[in-house]
Amino acid sequence: MKHAVISADESAGGMFRRWPFFQRLLSWTKPYAPFERGSREYERYDWNSLLADDRPQRAVMTEIMDGTSYYPSRPEMERNLATFAERTGLSVRFGCRWTATRRDGDRWVLETSDGEYRCQVPIFAVGVAEPWRPQMPGIEDVPHYAATRPAESYAGKRVFIIGKENSGFELATGFLQWAKQIVLASPSPAKLSINTRSLVGVRARYVQPYEDHVLAGGVIVLDASIERIERSGNAFLVHTRKAESAAELVFEVDDVIAATGFTSPIRDLPNLGVATVGRNKLPAQTPFWESASVPGVYFGGTIHQASPGLRKHGMPSNSGGVNGHRYNGRILAREIARKHFGIEPDRPVLPRAEAVSYLLHEFTNAPELWHQKSYLARVLIRDEKRGILNDGILPLQSFLDAGPADAVAATLEENPAGDIYPVLYTRRGGVSTEHDLPPHPLHDFRTRDHEKQVVDALQGLLL
Amino acid sequence: MRSAPDDISDTLAGLAIFADLSRPEVERVAHTLEERYFAQDERVLREGLSGSAFYIILEGEAAVIAGGKRVNTLGRGEFFGEISVLLGEAPVADIVAARPLRCLVLPGELLKDFLQSNPRVCYRILVAEARKLANATRRGG
Repeated sequence: MKHAVISADESAGGMFRRWPFFQRLLSWTKPYAPFERGSREYERYDWNSLLADDRPQRAVMTEIMDGTSYYPSRPEMERNLATFAERTGLSVRFGCRWTATRRDGDRWVLETSDGEYRCQVPIFAVGVAEPWRPQMPGIEDVPHYAATRPAESYAGKRVFIIGKENSGFELATGFLQWAKQIVLASPSPAKLSINTRSLVGVRARYVQPYEDHVLAGGVIVLDASIERIERSGNAFLVHTRKAESAAELVFEVDDVIAATGFTSPIRDLPNLGVATVGRNKLPAQTPFWESASVPGVYFGGTIHQASPGLRKHGMPSNSGGVNGHRYNGRILAREIARKHFGIEPDRPVLPRAEAVSYLLHEFTNAPELWHQKSYLARVLIRDEKRGILNDGILPLQSFLDAGPADAVAATLEENPAGDIYPVLYTRRGGVSTEHDLPPHPLHDFRTRDHEKQVVDALQGLLL
Repeated sequence: MRSAPDDISDTLAGLAIFADLSRPEVERVAHTLEERYFAQDERVLREGLSGSAFYIILEGEAAVIAGGKRVNTLGRGEFFGEISVLLGEAPVADIVAARPLRCLVLPGELLKDFLQSNPRVCYRILVAEARKLANATRRGG
């Protein structure tokens, strides 16, 4: 497909020249893993490399990290993206800012700082990195996370952080050895990733302030509404109210920081009818990352987190991270090619005798299924003429609601008890049925028991 | 219905099931629930599939589809999904967005804690369930 890529940044990896504030990412890359670097199976252990068909362009991150951590530093992540762009020969017009959007017949017109682009299909992959603040009296007078000063400038200060998600706890972690007092506050209790069993919640790296709080070391983690912030000489007065008792607590502090999250700079798209959703107003999307209210407008990258999928058992996708949206991106390209340019994807024949072992291997090793549980699925179709066709990796939701009449989708799911287990969804005559398979202590689903259950589920459909 | 509301707490405060909550309580609830948007005809709940959730309608309309027929329509302030969550069973009907639909969602496994920590919301839900049961009994009779 003919395409053009424009970016307001001066070079690849722009966001990582700014954030995260304390230098290291939360997504890991394990240089030593059970599978060879560059293999498909290895992707499960490397959350940061982009995907490519050619071997030299895969697992790029592993060549760049210096071994001091399995979390890349900001400069390492920036080099990872720049190296990928260089090796793949991506043609990007940098320093070109999208400024406005309009419809002209069957084309979209993107106005930019370098003139107008006309296209059949725009994809907005503009990130979720624009500071966002809730409505709150006085919040306009305090800096956002994005404007945090160097940590040492908070030495001996009383710091009030609004927000108890990763960015708030990241700042608190960085201030522990500097600040005189740290308060973290928001209306609902902090969620920890080890409890939510997902990337929703404060990651283990940033839990130190929480331990300080529970051991009464001086950090305060408060569940309360913040009613207003007032200037008081060189200090701030932060008025809070607890939900349970309705008791007011007022904090006098030297600094207040709004660690209240980020939104996406989607400019004039809402004026064109693009619906937004959630506190930070991301564009609402279909399972194929198309605007839910304006057909033909697509989104890419971390904005995919606003296409939540089924969220079975409350489990979110990992689309807010590279390890999730890199797989969505492949599917998005395929879907746009199919829907807008009439290019049908390859659907190779899978020998019937290999179908069961193939699915067991996918359950055990497919990185798409491990990174995007109950969100992406391997799809096999029954074709009367050709046999079993491999339809690739697709959104589970689209399979269940609009998939082929006779087909099977294989995915991984997780229940509230923390069990990770394979699930087959069969469609017979368009009716979907769920088949949950048992978990395995080593996540190796190539057992006789799993084989038998897969055979039973596929009988009369693919077998 | 295009943009997400500026302050979800204001919207929540206007719904009957949250009418007894103080402002800090409403804000806590607003932080606990996640907002979802469904395009017209998009499925929200799927009959027979495990792992569902509790939904409260903020805007729009949802159709209850059982046995291929539309048996009910739900609107602003109404809720669904709680029965399958409370019973630990898969939903017995599909719920489909009859018009663009904006909902607040609570994952099923969090519903018990949510109801126990918000007894006044729990009471309002109980009253609504009693009304549904009474109506169903009248229809059945």
